[in-house]
Amino acid sequence: MEPNQIAESLKGEFTGEVVAVKEFRGQTGITLKKDRLLDIARRLHDAPEFSFDFLRDICGVDFKKIKTPRFEVVYNLYSMTHRHALRLNVQVEIKEFVPSVTSVWKTADWHERECFDMFGIVFDGHPDLRRILMPEDWAGHPMRKDYPVAGHEDEEWPGFRDVLKKAEDFKKFGWYK
Amino acid sequence: MDKTIKTQEMVLNMGPQHPSTHGVLRLRLEVSGETVVKCTPFVGYLHRGTEKLAEGMTYLQAIPLMDRLDYISSMTNDVGYCIAVERLFDINPPLRAKYIRTMVSEVSRISSHLLWLATHALDIGAMTVFLYAFRERERILELFEMLCGARLTVTYPRIGGVRNDVTQEFIDTLYQFTEEFPDKIKEYETLINVNRIWLKRTVGIGVISGEEAVNYGLTGAALRGSGVDYDIRKHFPYDAYDLVNFEVPIGKNGDVYDRYLCRMEEMRQSNSIIRQCIEALPTGPIMTSDSPKYTLPPKDKVLNNMESLIHHFTLITKGPMTAPQGEVYVATEVPKGELGFYIISDGTGKPYRMRVRSPSFVHVSALPRLCQGGMIADVVANIGSIDVVLGECDR
Amino acid sequence: MLIDSTLGLVDVEEGIKVIPGANTIITTLDKFINWGRESSLWPVTFGLACCAIEMMACGSSHYDLDRLGIIFRGSPRQADCMIVAGTVTKKMAPVVRKVYDQLPEPRYVIAMGSCACSGNVYRSYSVVQGCDTFLPVDVYVPGCPPRPEALYDGIIRLQEIISKERMRWSPIR
Repeated sequence: MEPNQIAESLKGEFTGEVVAVKEFRGQTGITLKKDRLLDIARRLHDAPEFSFDFLRDICGVDFKKIKTPRFEVVYNLYSMTHRHALRLNVQVEIKEFVPSVTSVWKTADWHERECFDMFGIVFDGHPDLRRILMPEDWAGHPMRKDYPVAGHEDEEWPGFRDVLKKAEDFKKFGWYK
Repeated sequence: MDKTIKTQEMVLNMGPQHPSTHGVLRLRLEVSGETVVKCTPFVGYLHRGTEKLAEGMTYLQAIPLMDRLDYISSMTNDVGYCIAVERLFDINPPLRAKYIRTMVSEVSRISSHLLWLATHALDIGAMTVFLYAFRERERILELFEMLCGARLTVTYPRIGGVRNDVTQEFIDTLYQFTEEFPDKIKEYETLINVNRIWLKRTVGIGVISGEEAVNYGLTGAALRGSGVDYDIRKHFPYDAYDLVNFEVPIGKNGDVYDRYLCRMEEMRQSNSIIRQCIEALPTGPIMTSDSPKYTLPPKDKVLNNMESLIHHFTLITKGPMTAPQGEVYVATEVPKGELGFYIISDGTGKPYRMRVRSPSFVHVSALPRLCQGGMIADVVANIGSIDVVLGECDR
Repeated sequence: MLIDSTLGLVDVEEGIKVIPGANTIITTLDKFINWGRESSLWPVTFGLACCAIEMMACGSSHYDLDRLGIIFRGSPRQADCMIVAGTVTKKMAPVVRKVYDQLPEPRYVIAMGSCACSGNVYRSYSVVQGCDTFLPVDVYVPGCPPRPEALYDGIIRLQEIISKERMRWSPIR
């Protein structure tokens, strides 16, 4: 099935959920509202004419000062049997929940955790939503556009501050003075 | 005996400093006797912020960062990135560049699989294979050095082509290597293929069905070992992969042994692809001249022509000032699996969002499923069989 | 057997004398201990990133670090040298420091690669800008990644440092 046909049938099935359909370089992306995402995902996964059995990737995007719903969660789907691909861009505002799709694709587990870690987007219904790449007590979400690349100079992660302090304390026991 | 012995589960920490976790992976194992009840991986010990750094760089400057993601086969990473950016810019590299890229990608695939074989075998207890595999890997690294000067982090492909042309000496040495390499694979196989210890440690370990593997997002040989025919080189041919003949090895049982067999066969196929590329290598330019706004001018013109020099200078220092507005997701088949780049361009010379979908990250997330219910000793075999690189996993 | 030690001494090297007939070498304790230490440096296997691959290449068949008396150890408690090979992130820094603290004295640190030396291109929120911020580094080996020959050079430099040490075996400093 052609991607734009899929988009059309989704538009008919879930009225009001599809915001826009974009096409660029032969790839189709559907911008969705977040509320019925889980239903759409299950439909895309289960229906034999779509059968998107492979979730390639989930990632967040921060559109600070560019778009009104600040974040987008992007799902790249692929079907092993029909060999067609589709992209879902789900709009989400800051401090809003997105339904988790871990019950549909197990691979979503870690991708959603990373998305939470990097952007602070909370996934509703995720079994184990913790930070994954950054330490547990890290402050802030690094991939947001208002987070500086080199980190906040004045507020160092406490774990690293402890290491620096430890190194300073242990210096007097070292061979070199 | 009327007294029952009480046992309790024990928590075992493995890593991040552990010789067989292939980097800085940390596992928290809950074991009951020798059986793993629960396995929780912890990653992020090598998180370098590549995605964030790439957002502050021009498209050309980000190539060296991509090298250091999967440092075992940096060539395929660079090629994957360049193909993604080329798709965004709508650039079509010349045929010779395509062939060269295909050729060096496959050389890189062999070197990655050799390192995988060496460490995987070493973890399971076969020391000789490690030494044998590194012997051949060293020859490949010397070839890379001949090609571009670097052994590991090559930065050889460019957007719209490659950095420099291959020399005749390189071609000859590579051809010599491909002639000798199948015998070397046989050598490794005689060491472990029917080795009883190897079979005991790998057959029936870490079994995952094809359907479940797809659901977990496994790609590459880890997926093909379970019998799913998914290879991006066949599904979405890029570079010169639709011009060469090769077969995709498929496993049956989905255990550690089948994944091992798949990778061994992949090395043979890569060898054959390299030979085909050498034999069919066309003459012509190595950098496209269709879109001079984004691609570097040829080096001899830079040294002799002032306009080219200025163009080269601005492109390197400032990058292209504009780019087409849009978003692409382009995947390539790297030795580990599917490496995807999702780039959002807002029209400026820098990517607005650069997302790297790394196979290792997904593979580590499937590790609890593979290890659960197995023995402690099988954890190491499972880590080896999914072939993870933590640099790519954590990015 | 009576030896006339004033007559029979032969100078082999500076500070090392041999009594030919008696099968005896006379030298300082410093020289003897340093010789023992520098000829059997056992680094702890501690691969962090890209440089670890070059370190492995160093240790395997082609470059063969064994001929310098170097054998990689899995446990820090049996090792006396640490090669920090790769990018040290802030999350990893406590672990690196813990491994260093587990090394018995005398202990040495080689910072291998630009990342371990200074942070390299990774001026980002999560990367430590050089492992010398929290470790006393003896030898820096720059390069991204350094060639095996460069690591060799670094190890030989470390051996030179060790051979010049005085009284490191004694509690008096």
